[in-house]
Amino acid sequence: MDHLIGQLVFLALLITAGTLFGRRIRQISRNIKLGQDVDRSDRPGERWATMARVAMGQSKMVVRPVAGLMHIVIYAGFILINIEVLEILIDGLFGTHRVFAPYLGGVYDILIGCFEWLALGVLVACVVFLVRRNVLPIARFRSPEMQGWPKNDANIILVVEVLLMFAFLSMNAADGIAQARGLEHYVNAGSFPVSQHLQPLYAGFSDGGVVLIERGAWWFHIAGILSFLVYVPYSKHFHIFLAFPNTYYSDLTPAGRLDNMAAVKKEVDLMMSGDPFAAPAEPEGAVPIEPPKFGAKDAQDLTWKQLMEAYSCTECGRCTSACPANATGKLLSPRKIMMDTRDRIEEIGQALDAAGGTWGDGDGKALLGDYITEEELWACTSCQACVEACPINISPMGIILDMRRSLIMEDSKAPEAITAMFNNVENNGAPWAFPAADRGKWTEELSAES
Amino acid sequence: MALTVPTLAEMTARGETPEILFWVGCAGSFDDRAKRITKAIARILHAADVPFAVLGSEESCTGDPAKRAGNEFLFQMQAAQNIAVLNGYGVKRIVTGCPHCFNTLKNEYPELGGEYEVLHHTQFIQQLISEGRLKVADGQPFKGRRITFHDPCYLGRGNGEYAAPRAALQALDADLVEMRRCKKNGLCCGAGGAQMFKDAEKGNREVNHERTDDVLSTGAKVVATGCPFCNTMMTDGIKNANREGDIEVKDIAELIAEAADLL
Repeated sequence: MDHLIGQLVFLALLITAGTLFGRRIRQISRNIKLGQDVDRSDRPGERWATMARVAMGQSKMVVRPVAGLMHIVIYAGFILINIEVLEILIDGLFGTHRVFAPYLGGVYDILIGCFEWLALGVLVACVVFLVRRNVLPIARFRSPEMQGWPKNDANIILVVEVLLMFAFLSMNAADGIAQARGLEHYVNAGSFPVSQHLQPLYAGFSDGGVVLIERGAWWFHIAGILSFLVYVPYSKHFHIFLAFPNTYYSDLTPAGRLDNMAAVKKEVDLMMSGDPFAAPAEPEGAVPIEPPKFGAKDAQDLTWKQLMEAYSCTECGRCTSACPANATGKLLSPRKIMMDTRDRIEEIGQALDAAGGTWGDGDGKALLGDYITEEELWACTSCQACVEACPINISPMGIILDMRRSLIMEDSKAPEAITAMFNNVENNGAPWAFPAADRGKWTEELSAES
Repeated sequence: MALTVPTLAEMTARGETPEILFWVGCAGSFDDRAKRITKAIARILHAADVPFAVLGSEESCTGDPAKRAGNEFLFQMQAAQNIAVLNGYGVKRIVTGCPHCFNTLKNEYPELGGEYEVLHHTQFIQQLISEGRLKVADGQPFKGRRITFHDPCYLGRGNGEYAAPRAALQALDADLVEMRRCKKNGLCCGAGGAQMFKDAEKGNREVNHERTDDVLSTGAKVVATGCPFCNTMMTDGIKNANREGDIEVKDIAELIAEAADLL
């Protein structure tokens, strides 16, 4: 009977967590799809290879070896310990205990041993990360945009991971004691290279106490994992899922290339054709087409890929620490650009939900202005250091330049010197006010000098 | 013998086709300091017997600074105009004196109808040396001198070219040293993204001063550049640090031309 109640509670937990997770994923997916179209369906082979190298292989993480190698420990721990979670799920649903043990024999012992070492590795790495974030003077964890919720979010995740790993090891420690005492249900299985050192903590307990600790840790571990599942998509930690599609859909063109806007090309082609009447006459009674919007003023003006990047960002700040503008005290922080974009598209998503799916004239706010200032945008040197630094191929620079396009082409707002540069290019074919006729002057000088 | 540089119009009128079109760029055409780089490139091309031409007054800004400042219209107008000229002459191969022109012509023009083989001048110079068309062996004024190379963003990160400029510098038999931040992690000079044409935003430092620290801490006697804008920024940075007496700023083309006794 006890077993049955346990199984039902477990099933209820599982369904609740699954439902909440699914609902949140649908929400995020809807929000991402609010973005503009961009085709990233080409070169699938290269895309899989990029994902394998950058996301699975963590090739860009290890550029900074300390954080990179510890991150790999946590990543490996997360993936492999999930095999253990599979066993926990089956045990929980069917009331079994260590269901894989009889099938795997000696391999099971090796597996459990590996999980224990990994759990210890994850635990140590998380403690080191907590120290790095909260004690050591690492500049990128102390930027203004990291105050408040982003800082708490990071700490919550690290503390929960520490607790989960401790629960996992405690569970094994108590299980080991129960096995040694020959308690009912506790089959002799697994090796406990790490948790055996925790056994003295629990050895003084009665048989009932040991079982209680083992069961308690088991429930805490699985309930913790399920809560984590629900929490993660609300957190920066969502990168554990989105890093994969985000790298798959990477921009595969050279980092220096900035896309040519198709809407602009159409208009320039018309102008260059020299025939002002080249535009086809609109058929009678046609609904006038809304003129295209140039650049990005709000989050929905960005592409779905840029919005996916916003949800993929885990706020590590490598972009910001590589940014020359940020390093010299300018307001720009590429990480903040990504965080603002996520906050804004979240806000839009919530407003949409509240209004039953219609946006209408909006909420009077915009990403440009209410979240990101012109001063930030004009500090960018387009050097692509942020793009290079991102461990999962996010481009904060792309968003910055798309917002500049909106400033210039929608609002005609530019620093005076930039307007002067535009005028020079337009009138003289050079960013300075030199006549085109003087372009070849250096050749005359050269002839005279040689 | 006076060195003459023909325009493509002149060459075409003579019924000749150049091996390459030398795309000079705006800085290289108008800025006095950058013009010295342009002339060094021309001397190298001449010494290597490369038949080349320039567009002269038919060349116009590629549109790069306009594009990166957000003015896509102006960029595409410039692109359309330049592509019409280039395609009109049937240009196949371009060597640029500026990594911004290089990036724009190479990566952004093809989609707009301008498809050419585009090389940065350091790539082409490196080819000329490795093919034996350009001899740098004599003179060797830089033998054993400490030189560091500042990667231009749009050659390095932008297009993954870190090797060619370094390989060209190898020919100098100098003591090449890397800065703390180099190649993929190279620090910008501060001029890109149209910053060259405006004042920097509020901050506590200029980007080129930050980069100058990297340069100076190598103890190099020469900082080699591959971009006229980087050249300006590094020169200003070193002036600001009052170290003009200790270190020179020179484009790779100038170093090679000097080593090959062409200046």
